[in-house]
Order: sequence, then C-alpha cells, then structure tokens
Amino acid sequence: MARLVVRWPARLPVNLMIGALLVALVVGVAALSLIWTPHDHAAMTIRNRFQPADGVYWLGTDQLGRDIVSQLMVAARNSMTVALVAVLIGGSIGVALGLLASALGGWVEDLIMRVADIGFAFPALLFAIMLSAVFGPSLTIAVAAIAFINIPVFARVARASANQVWTRDFVAAARAAGHGRFAISRDHILPNIAAPVIVQGTIEFAVAILAEAALSYLGLGAQPPSPSWGRMLSEAQTLMFMAPHLAIYPGLCIVIAVLGFSLLGDGLRDITDPRLKRRRA
Amino acid sequence: MYFRPAYALMAATALALAAPLPALAQARISIGIQQEPTSLDPTTDATAAINVMLTQNLYEGLTTVDQSGAVIPQLAESWTISDDSLTYVFNLVQGVTFHDGSPFSAADVVFSFERARAEDSGNPRRATFAPIESIAALDDHTVEIVLNNPDAFFLFDLAQGPASIVSEASAETNGTRPVGTGAFRFDAWTRGDRLRMIRNPDHRNADSVAMEVIEFRFISEPAAATAALMAGELDAFPGFPAPELVAQFEADPRFNVMVSSTEGEVILAMNNSREPFTDINFRRAISHAIDREEIIEGAMYGFGIPIGSFYPPHGPAHVDLTDRYALDHDAARALIAESGFDGRELVMRLPPFPYATRSGEIIQAQLAAVGLNVRIENVEWGFWLDEVFRNRNYDFSIIAHTSPNDLGNFARGPSYFYGYEDEAFVDLWNAIRTETDDDTRLEMLRQAQIHLADQAVHGFLFQLPAIGIFRQGVEGFWPSQPVLQLPLTEIAIN
Repeated sequence: MARLVVRWPARLPVNLMIGALLVALVVGVAALSLIWTPHDHAAMTIRNRFQPADGVYWLGTDQLGRDIVSQLMVAARNSMTVALVAVLIGGSIGVALGLLASALGGWVEDLIMRVADIGFAFPALLFAIMLSAVFGPSLTIAVAAIAFINIPVFARVARASANQVWTRDFVAAARAAGHGRFAISRDHILPNIAAPVIVQGTIEFAVAILAEAALSYLGLGAQPPSPSWGRMLSEAQTLMFMAPHLAIYPGLCIVIAVLGFSLLGDGLRDITDPRLKRRRA
Repeated sequence: MYFRPAYALMAATALALAAPLPALAQARISIGIQQEPTSLDPTTDATAAINVMLTQNLYEGLTTVDQSGAVIPQLAESWTISDDSLTYVFNLVQGVTFHDGSPFSAADVVFSFERARAEDSGNPRRATFAPIESIAALDDHTVEIVLNNPDAFFLFDLAQGPASIVSEASAETNGTRPVGTGAFRFDAWTRGDRLRMIRNPDHRNADSVAMEVIEFRFISEPAAATAALMAGELDAFPGFPAPELVAQFEADPRFNVMVSSTEGEVILAMNNSREPFTDINFRRAISHAIDREEIIEGAMYGFGIPIGSFYPPHGPAHVDLTDRYALDHDAARALIAESGFDGRELVMRLPPFPYATRSGEIIQAQLAAVGLNVRIENVEWGFWLDEVFRNRNYDFSIIAHTSPNDLGNFARGPSYFYGYEDEAFVDLWNAIRTETDDDTRLEMLRQAQIHLADQAVHGFLFQLPAIGIFRQGVEGFWPSQPVLQLPLTEIAIN
C-alpha cells in the first residue's frame, strides 16, 4: 500500500499550537462535565437568581438561579457531541459519495456533483427550520440538519483530492494488477485523501459548533433543561442591561470553541498541504 | 464665495426637516402585538389576537363593553327585555353600512346568529347562542330574539368577538379580507409582519376618531419587542412580553408603563382524556408539585397574581383556593404511585409566548423533583392550534385563557382540548347561566371554582398581567382589561 508521507515540520505553526490549546481546553471541559460539574446544571433556586460570582457560584447564577459554570460545561459537551456526530455522519456520507464519483466518473460523477451543488445552494438554517416544522424541534433534528449540509462539502473535497490520486503511478500499478475500482478506492485512494479530509473535518467542526449555537438560539436545537450556549445567549438578550455576564460567558465560549477548531484546521492544512509548504520555505 | 448660498440652503433644509411640525397631531399609530392569528375571522377562530385587534375596531356587535366591563349599546341602539327574561327586542342603529358598501339591516343580525348557532358552525363560542329559541327580523331595524331559558350572560356574550355581526356577502372571506361595520376598515395583512387598518370615513362616529392609520406589528420575541420600542418603531405595546424590562422602561422618560390585571387565567393544561390524567390522583399530584410563587417570580418577575382555580382574582365571585393543594413533594409522589402511572415521558407542548415557555421550563424542573420526566416542545402558534387545540395531541401545555367569564370551558365536554367530561359541572354551569338572581349566581360561581379546584382539572398558575408600554403622548388606551379587546377609536397621540 502506498501512502503520501506527511513530513512533520521541525517547528509547528503558531496557529496550530494555539488552536490545539483552545480545542484541548474545550474538549477537556466537555469531558470533565461527564463526571463532574460544580453544581447540578438544571437545579433551580429562583430565590438565588442573578447571584454575582463568588466561591460557591464561580461565575454567578442565571435568571432562574442555576449555576452558570455547570451550564457552560454541560453546554460544551452538548455542543461537542452535536458537532462530532454531525461531522462524522456528514463526512462519511460525503466522502463515500466523493470517492464513488471519482471512481466511476462519467455521468455518475456529473450527477453526484451537480446534486452536491444543489445541496450547497440550500441554506442550512432554512433546512433545519423545515425539519423542525415537520418533526418538532430537538437536538436530533439539529444534528441531522448540520450533517446534511456537511455532505456536499466533504463530497467535493473528497472527489477533488481523489481525482488527483487516481492519476498516480501506484494507482495505475494497482489497476494493472487487476484490482477493481472499489478496492482501489478503499485501499489506495482513501488513505491518500485522509489529510485534506481531516483538515476539512476540523474546519467543519467549527462551522458545526456555530450552526448548533445558531439553531439553539432560534429554539430549534437543544431543548430545556439541556443547556446550550446558543439558548443561553438568546435567554440573556433581554437581560443585557440587568445582567450582562449572562450573555458574555456563553458568547466567549462560542468564540473560544470556534476559534480553536478554525485555527487547528488552518494549522493542519499548513503542515499537510505541500503547496503551502513550498510557499513558506 | 460660491459655496455659501449652497450651505445656507442645506442648513435651511436641515432645519425645516428637524423642526417639529407645529401642532399637527400624529394620525397613525404602530402597535406591537405578541400573537399573530392564522385567520382574521373572530366568528370561526378562537385566537385571542383577532379579538384584540379587530373587535370594536373593525367588527361590531349588537352590544359592546366599556372599560368598566359594563354592557353598552353598539349596533343595537337600545333593547327591551320581557319580564320573564326570555324575549329580547333590539332596535338597530339606522344608516350603518358595511365596509364593502352594503347596508346593515336586521337581516344581517339574523344571518350572523343563525350561522353561528348552526349545528356545523365553527364558532369558538357557540355556547353563547345555545339558549336561543328563535331569531326574527320584525322589520329592517328591529330584531327579536327568544330564548329557551333565561341567560344572565347573554348581553355580555353578544359583545364578544365571536358574536360580531357580519354580512352574508363577505362571511366566507372574512378570514383573509375582513369586512365589518367598525370605525376602521381592513387595508392590508402582511403575514409574519403586520396588519394595517385605516379609518372608515363612513362610520357614524368617524368625526371623533383621531387615528387615520392603525398598524399592528407582530413581534413575539421579547428582545425584538424591546428593540422596536427603543428605536421608536412602535408607539405602543399593550401586551408587552418581557416583565424583566418593566423597571428599565419605567426609568426611561420617553415611555409610560401601565401594569394591570387581565381576564387571562394561565393554566398548566392537562389532557384529561389521556392516561395518566384520567386519574384524579395523578392530577392532584401535579397540583401538589407546583410552586406558583417560584413560577411567578421566575417567569414573570413577580408580575401576576396566583390563582387556585379558574376565575380572576379581581372578579366579584372570586374564592382564594391557592392553598387547596399545599406544595408537598411526598404527597405528590404518593399520589403518583397510587395512580399507577407507568413513568413514561410526558410531552409539554408550549405556544410561542414568553409567559408559557418560561413557566414551562420552571414547571419541568418542579415536576422532575417528584420524579416525572417531562419533555418540552416549543411549537409555533399554528402548530399549537392544530395539534394541541384541535387534535388534543399533548400531555401538558401552558396557555392563558383570556376570554372573560370562561368557566364554561369546563362544560364543553371531551371534544374540547381539555378532554374533560364532568356531568356535575355541566349541570352547575347551566344552572349558573340560567340563574337571574345576582347573589345566588355569585354563590354558584364560587361553588364552580371550588369544584374545579377539587377535581384538579389543570394546574392553575396565575392571572396574566397586562404590561403596557406606551410612548409618551400616546393616550386613550384602557387602563384595565375587562374584555380582551383594544378599542382604538379614542386613541390620540400628542
């Protein structure tokens, strides 16, 4: 089996390091929330509302007297789960379609890519609103909508990369040895398009986090009592003058998560894309 | 220096634009409203916003209600009631025309009421017409209505939107192009955005109406409502959805804030026709699990009076039943166990109004404390009307019943969205309706409240407050809401 070797550069790009750091922070907090949060995130004590930050409530309490830190932690977990599942589903289907298009060529390729173009033209939010109008709003619907809009993105990346790999000598050798198109796709093409797909996946992860926040903001994502950064933001809106911290913290969390994954994706592209490497040299 | 005259001209123009128009009162008003109806016909649709926007303004009834809640003449200029309280003769106002130009006469009254009381009518308050034996036009301007039995609420009910007088020519299209006899006529309805009415110059009181253009803007989102008020896009928001911002608006000299009570009882509706709500133990368990104080503080920031049954606290027959079920988790758990509930997930479908969605989240947590697993679904108004109100496809919901005198809802039988069947209450309600002695009737109304609290038909939460935010200078809105209407004929902006 032949592989394009990715050379690990001597000095890692700064964006990669910052990105990795932020991602580690968010993922770490999300993982921690599985076993521990300072308080029960859903426990309400209305008489304790709008508490300032102190030793008991590290970032204070919200309009229903719930601990903000605990909510942010569980919301991080929800956000990561949605993004992960959506990108995995959208990525798997998209890459499979891209490989299929590239392997078969001809009208199949044209058909898949034109359908993907139509998918691109479809606004993601509109699609999510449509789905939740039919099935009722839920986190599952949000995941489905985000996964769906990811399919054409991955299909396009996978096909473009695969088309390049198909022209290489080791693929020609495999064909000469009598391997079928699907076997070659699986054994030779897929491993060699992994780098751009992973880079795209990381960037799409950031997009998915933002999309989840937007859907929850509109009330189409996580339903109460399951916390979500987007819903926390929308609930904080009328309280901006009374308790601005309610909007600032979830907003910061979204920024950190999205920035982290974007920088990580950028950094990964910098070290895996040979064209960029040459330019830097 | 060539540029000077140009500058002077610009400055003059700017001054002219900036200067306030001398003594020319504003003749158009933009009013924010939370709920957008799916139809504009109050005789076929129960949506409260139809009555708020159109009753008394676009549609008129034989009678109407003033701001003290007293019945006063509208399309009937006077009436006589026979000694046995069974025969009503209405003398109609003459020279009235509908907005489409057709003249209003006794035939329109007969048509409207016959249509409303027909077996297959979609009238949301058909009970209004149930006691009617016959309706006859004695001449073009006199209508005689004979009842089967005395009805204490008949004249009051005729003042409500579902008893609006419509013309046969336009009855079918009133849902989208409403035609009435009121002081304002329909101009345009941009769905999802606004409804516009303009002054009807042919109306008998047109000279005393100050507003030329009325614009209702549909804004259910509290943040958007606030932004629209702050930006000066709205002159008034009579049913403002964000109680947490009252203090902020009170401190702002550009606005007046009016807080009053309404006829709206907010209930945690339970689908009584469905397991486990068929069991009174389970319903009582819910009443034991609910902490009204926490809901009112948490969702309404203290605005709202707790209710223990289905009757407004400011009403003459009110009994305080808020202590009927003490907040008691152990009692609630015991009653749930007794009901043999299988522990399935219960669905709470909430309409898109902040009082409902916010209370819902708190109640969800309160019910979780007694071991109930409730899933919240926030749905659109049209979906709520179809699935909850018409198809009774829900376990819990939260809704304000804003019609006055609506205890009769519990006598509507299992086809109403409560799914509640109670022969004893139907008898009691019929007795209340036909009782002509005021004191006896008030006593029976008290019994009715106690009966419903005993049966724990729903979770009775609080009386919906009316929080009105008005731009400084806007005058003429009612300070209290004896009926769910927003008469605009006396509005003035200075």
